[in-house]
Formats: sequence, C-alpha cells, structure tokens
Amino acid sequence: MDAFSQLIDGFGTALTPAHLGLAALGVLLGTFIGVLPGIGPAMAVALLLPVTYGLEPTGAFIMFAGIYYGGMFGGSTTSILLNTPGESAAVVTAIEGNPMARKGRGSQALAAAAIGHFVGGLIGTIALVLLAPTVAKLAIDIGAPDYFAIMVLAFIAVTSVLGSSRVRGFASLLIGLAIGLIGLDEMTGQQRLTFGSLELADGIDVVIVAVGLFAVGESLWVAAHLRRRPSEPIPVGRPWLGRDDLRRSWKPWLRGPVIGFPFGAMPAGGAEIPTFLSYVTEKRLSKNRKEFGHGAIEGVAGPEATASASAAGTLVSMLTLGLPTTAVAAVMLAAFQQYGIQPGPLLFERESELVWGLIASLFVGLTLLLLLNLPLAPVWAKLLKIPRPYLYAGILFFASVGAYAVSGQVVDLIVLYVIGLIGLAMRRYGLPVLPAVIGVILGPAAEQQMRRALQLSDGEIGGLFNTPMSIVIYAIVALILLWPLVRKLLPSRPAAPDDEPAEREPEKVG
Amino acid sequence: MRTKAIVAAVVALAAVLVIPPLISSGDDGVRGLRVLVPNAPGGGYDTTARTAAKSMEEAGLGRNIEVFNLPGAGGTVGLGRLVNERGNDRLVMSMGLGVVGAVYTNHAPSSLQDTTPIARLISEPDIVVVPRNSPYRDIRALIEAWKANPGAVQVGGGSAPGGPDHLAPMLMAKAVGLAPRDVRYVPYDGGGELLASVLGGKIAFGVSGISEYRDQIQSGDLRVLAVTSGQRLAGLDAPTLKESGVDVDFTNWRGVVAPPGISDSERDRLISVFTKLHDSPQWAEALRRNGWGDSFVTGARFGEFLSAENSRVAGVLKELGLA
Repeated sequence: MDAFSQLIDGFGTALTPAHLGLAALGVLLGTFIGVLPGIGPAMAVALLLPVTYGLEPTGAFIMFAGIYYGGMFGGSTTSILLNTPGESAAVVTAIEGNPMARKGRGSQALAAAAIGHFVGGLIGTIALVLLAPTVAKLAIDIGAPDYFAIMVLAFIAVTSVLGSSRVRGFASLLIGLAIGLIGLDEMTGQQRLTFGSLELADGIDVVIVAVGLFAVGESLWVAAHLRRRPSEPIPVGRPWLGRDDLRRSWKPWLRGPVIGFPFGAMPAGGAEIPTFLSYVTEKRLSKNRKEFGHGAIEGVAGPEATASASAAGTLVSMLTLGLPTTAVAAVMLAAFQQYGIQPGPLLFERESELVWGLIASLFVGLTLLLLLNLPLAPVWAKLLKIPRPYLYAGILFFASVGAYAVSGQVVDLIVLYVIGLIGLAMRRYGLPVLPAVIGVILGPAAEQQMRRALQLSDGEIGGLFNTPMSIVIYAIVALILLWPLVRKLLPSRPAAPDDEPAEREPEKVG
Repeated sequence: MRTKAIVAAVVALAAVLVIPPLISSGDDGVRGLRVLVPNAPGGGYDTTARTAAKSMEEAGLGRNIEVFNLPGAGGTVGLGRLVNERGNDRLVMSMGLGVVGAVYTNHAPSSLQDTTPIARLISEPDIVVVPRNSPYRDIRALIEAWKANPGAVQVGGGSAPGGPDHLAPMLMAKAVGLAPRDVRYVPYDGGGELLASVLGGKIAFGVSGISEYRDQIQSGDLRVLAVTSGQRLAGLDAPTLKESGVDVDFTNWRGVVAPPGISDSERDRLISVFTKLHDSPQWAEALRRNGWGDSFVTGARFGEFLSAENSRVAGVLKELGLA
C-alpha cells in the first residue's frame, strides 16, 4: 500500500508546529465563518487568499482545508441553536436539531453534530486516501439521466417528510418548486418569474429561502404569540450525551458517510441532497419514528456525518481530476493556479508532498475541530438562556446580515422578509416548512438534469433511462411505490418473523 | 444580570468587528482603487482581478487595492452598479466577453457602451476537445459528422447561453452552414462540470477555455482537435479552425472598464496605471503562470473593439432568438 507510506510522510508535513498552527487557525476561522449565515467557506477562502500569498503553498492549503471543514461544521451550530442554517448543507440539521435545543437538549444536539462531523469526515477522508482514483473514474461515468433518476428517487422520498397532512405537504412542496423556478432558464437563457429584476436572474439562494422560512418565519410566529404564551427562557439541560443518546446515534454516524461520500465525489452531487436522503433514511430506520419532527437525535447525527463526508468526497474530484464540484473547491482550484500549481490528474505525482500534507492535515483538522467543539457545546447551548424577545431579535439580526452577505444586494433582504412572511402564513395554516425548502433544492436541479438528458438524446424520451444506473434506480423507485400493493397481495405470514422484531412496522392499510 | 450585559456587549462588539470586514461592501472615501468583480469568487473575472491587484501591489503601483464581488445575472448586476457610479474615478470593473452576451440574454438596461473603456488585458482562446476514446480523430471528421446529423452530435460548454463557450460553437456552426438553432448545445455549470462529461463521453465534444484543461491534455485524457483563435498556441499540437477550413476566429478576452462620466484626465490616469501594470515583470509572470495570452489594448481602441464584439455577439444571439 503505497498510499499509506505517503500518508505517513504527509503527517510529517502536517505535524510541523507551523502547519499545525495554520490548521488550528483555519479551523477556528472556519467555525466562526460557518456560524454567520450567508458567509460561506467559499467567500472566506476567497477573502483570505491575499493574506496567504506570503505563505508557501502547503501551509496555505492546510489552512484552507481547515477553513473548509470548520465552515461546514460551524453552519450546523446556528442551525441547531437558532434555526438559522449557516450553510445549505446544514439546512437538514435544523429540522431535528432546533426542536432538540428548544427542549433543553441543545448541547446534546451540538455534541451529536460534532461527533457526527468527526466520524463522517474521518471515514470520508480515509475513503479519499484509499479510493480516490477509483471513485474519480466512476464519478465521471455518471451522466444527466442518472442524476435525474436520483432526483426522482429523492422526490419519492419527500413524501415521507410531508407531515401528517399530505395535501398540506404537497402544497408546501409546490411553494418551494415555484420559488425554485425564479431566475434564468439555464438551457435557453429566458427569464422566468423575475419581473424584469436583474437581481433575481440568478434565482434565489437556498440559504435565503431556508433562513427566511425557518428563522424569520419562526421569529414572526413567536412574536405574534408572545403575549399569549408565558415567555420563559428555554431550559438548558444536562451538558453531555447520555448512554441512550449514544446508543441511538452511533449507527447514523456510520451510515452518513456511506451516503455522503459518493455524492460529494459526483461532479453534480453537492451536500444538500445527500444530507436530505440521510435524514429520510434515518427516519425510516429509526425505532423512534414518532419523535422525528420533535427533536430526534438520529436526525442530527446522520445528516451531519453525511455533510462532512461529502466535503471529503468533493476533494476527490478536485485533487484527482481538477474538477471543482462546490464553490469552495472552485476557489481552492483558483488558489492552486495562483501558486502556479496545475490541479488535475497529474497533481498526485507532481506535487505529492503538498497533496499528502493536505490530506494528513484534514485528519489533524478534524481532530482539532472535535477537541474545540465538544467542550464548547454546553457553552453555546447557554445562548438559549437569553430571554425570548432578545433571542429572536438576535436571530432576525443574524438572518438579515446573512442574507445580505450572500451577494451584498438589498434585494436579497426584501426577498428574505417576503419569504419570512410566507413562512409565517405557512405556520398559521399548518403547512410544514421543510417540503418547501426541499422543493427549492431539488426542483431546479431535477429540471436541469432532465432537460440536459433530453438535450443529449435529441429530445428522445428514452434518453432519460438509457444507462444501467438510471434503470437500477428507477427499479428501486418502482419497488418503493409498489411495495404496499405487493405486501397486500402476499399471503400474510403467521405472527412475527422469528429472528428479530420487524424494525419497520408497516402502517395498517385499510 | 451583569454577566448577561457583559456577554451582550462582547457579542455586539465581536459582531461589529468581525462582520464588516467579511462583507465586502463599504463605500466611497476608501483611498486607493476598488475593483468590482461581477461574478462569484473563483470565477474568471475574479481570478483576473485578484491577479492584477496582486501584481500591482507587488510592482509598487498601488496600495490597498480592494477587490470585491457583486455577482449576478452573468455580470450585468455588477455592470448596473458600475454605470450608476457615474464619475467615480476610484472604481473599475473586471469584465470580459461573457458580459457582452449577458447584457442581451438578461435584457439588462445598461450595456458596456455606457462605460468608459480602460484596457483589454488578456485573451484566452477556446479549444475544441474530445475524450481520448472519441471516434473523431481530427476536426474535419468531427465537422463532417456534425454536418451530417447535428442532432446526434452534442456540444457541451461551460457557460450559459450568451457566454463564450456558447458563442464559439454557434459561430462554428454558422461557418460550416448549420443553423444555430439546430445545434444541440448543453450548458454546464462551469468548465469543471463540463470536463466531467467530456471525460465521461456524455457529449460528442466540448468547447471551453484552455487553462482549466492543460493537465488533462498533457496526461492524454483529452484530445484537442482545434483552437478557436487565429494563431496556433505554443506548446499545443492542434490546428486553428481557420486552417481547417472553418472560418472562425474567436478568442475569449477579459479587461477592465470604468464608470461613465469620468474626466479625460482621470481616464488617462487609470489607463496609465494599467499600462504600467502591463509593463511590469510581475504581470508577465502572472500571464505565464495562468497561461493567458497578452492582448493589451487601451482606451479608444478598446472601445472600438467592444462595439465590434457587441455587434458580432448580437448577430448570433438574434438568430437564436435571444436578443
């Protein structure tokens, strides 16, 4: 195993005091930046580029890697505590994390996220070391039809998070899809729903939609009810993860990377869809399904591990192919070029000291992140002791700063508050908010891949399922859809299966 | 109660100190030059602007040059801001061919004709690439197949309709007698995503800037069938389109423009700063490192070039129903 000895050399590079310091600085900065909504790791790296010109490349990239991992983690902190996702990858974390925080289990949620992040990143980075060339080869074989099939699967999965009322769930999903339509049609360059406003031509950023629906909508809702409800501060419970929490979390921590890493490595994968698929998976597999939506720890542990592993997956295509699959990777690629380093298939040979030092520093960074964040979790959780009016004022402040920071446009603020009002109305009429956010994420991606597939096949509908992977996925989709029917037709088995009680209790049909 | 007040004060102070530097806004009164980048960090205009700013500082031509991003609508949001900053002589915008097309596709109210042209800095030819195992060995074979059945020969590019990677194949199509409407153009989100689908054989050929692909060409994963510029590129064994019988001379370029309404002396001062930049060894080194071509043209000549490009782009986009 040649990779292994080179990794050891890499640790030699990463563990020098100077590089260790830079990794720590990067992680710290990244966490800070991740906490602020709207200012993502991509912008942070871009802003810091001039500062790092004085450093030699290895040191600079070690710091960037720290910022990247730190930023991915910091985003979940505000997600959990303030219902304000700092990054699009942390949107899903808010769904279970925030109810946990409001029940006084904020520090447990933060700890589950921190450990999930560590485990996910660890497994993802190990996979990066062992599988990078293989995965990269496979990843480029995935084409538009396959992506579209994955989107269809994701849409099917959506139905399980629609909430108790399917009609309201679908209404919410459609609101999200409509918001997702705003902007230039990528295939033909026509404007849709922009009302002539140039600022809307690029569509509405997912972070703004999520922050608007979650944070602003929530704040307005609370403000509308504050007088009727006693304004007690949120209780802050025990600081550490209990035995029961660990028992419920360890499987999601391990399952997350399995979903996250391959998605990260795909050229059009990203972190949003896998975190969401992880959430649905955990909900299906959990024995505490009823707790979902009210603060189930599995719903924090799984998606966090997934997000972190997908960050590692992103580096696969960046380091082996020179393909940036996320904004951060794109900025890091630009940085490579600034140092006169050409990223691509020859990078591992040409700059092996830098690459392995970078990979080793990822392990170092992850460890530092865990050491930094685990003790901080109870401290962060105390934030919720702030009386509600001040707390929500603070949330509104951070939400506004974040929305403005996304691209520095006043229009984004107006959009944020309009979406916030929509969020308030949705709460008033009992519409779940989550399907709308999922619609904004999935809708444009699915449309783009479908139309790309059709463009490639010259309009033949067969172009949507002409690859082995897409056929397999559609078969799975068909199975999921037909399963209740098949189950009904099967002769009912006597009593329960003998080896273990069924994990998924089927709903009684009719 | 007291700790709460202290915590609140600390948080407020931290917010005040940390947030403003992170948000790239701020207003006039800043000493030194500000460079507006109308796309996201990491994009082409961003790289050009930051490289130029760095070279300027290293060459001692300026201090505290601030590069900030105002992305949106293919660069036309930034363009609108620049045009609104009438008379501001401490602001320039990094831009390029993509903005010319985006003005049309976005129906933007301001165009580059409203700005004060300062300098064209660099050029970057597009290349026509196929994967290693492609059936097309040379550009003639590809063009034959394309003419025979345009629907089956998909072309991918790293830009949305109206951008450079879209315009190049459309001009090629026109030159070989295909209607632009018959071209199966598949837009990808940047050169990186395009590269994946070229390598994976998802499209028949790709058209994109050369700089992102050098390594893949060197390793043999990609084959370059032609370059779109008028001259061959040093170190690249590929013919030009012109010598292959396709009458296209197309080069992506980037430069800087200033707001309208600045005085002649202010304009000349900016031009002289960029001329000094162009003459500096630091800039020569930056060009070499990034693989950029030197296509330095200033002031009025750059302005003439801008209007020529404008009519060329408008012609193609009109045929596609985009302008």
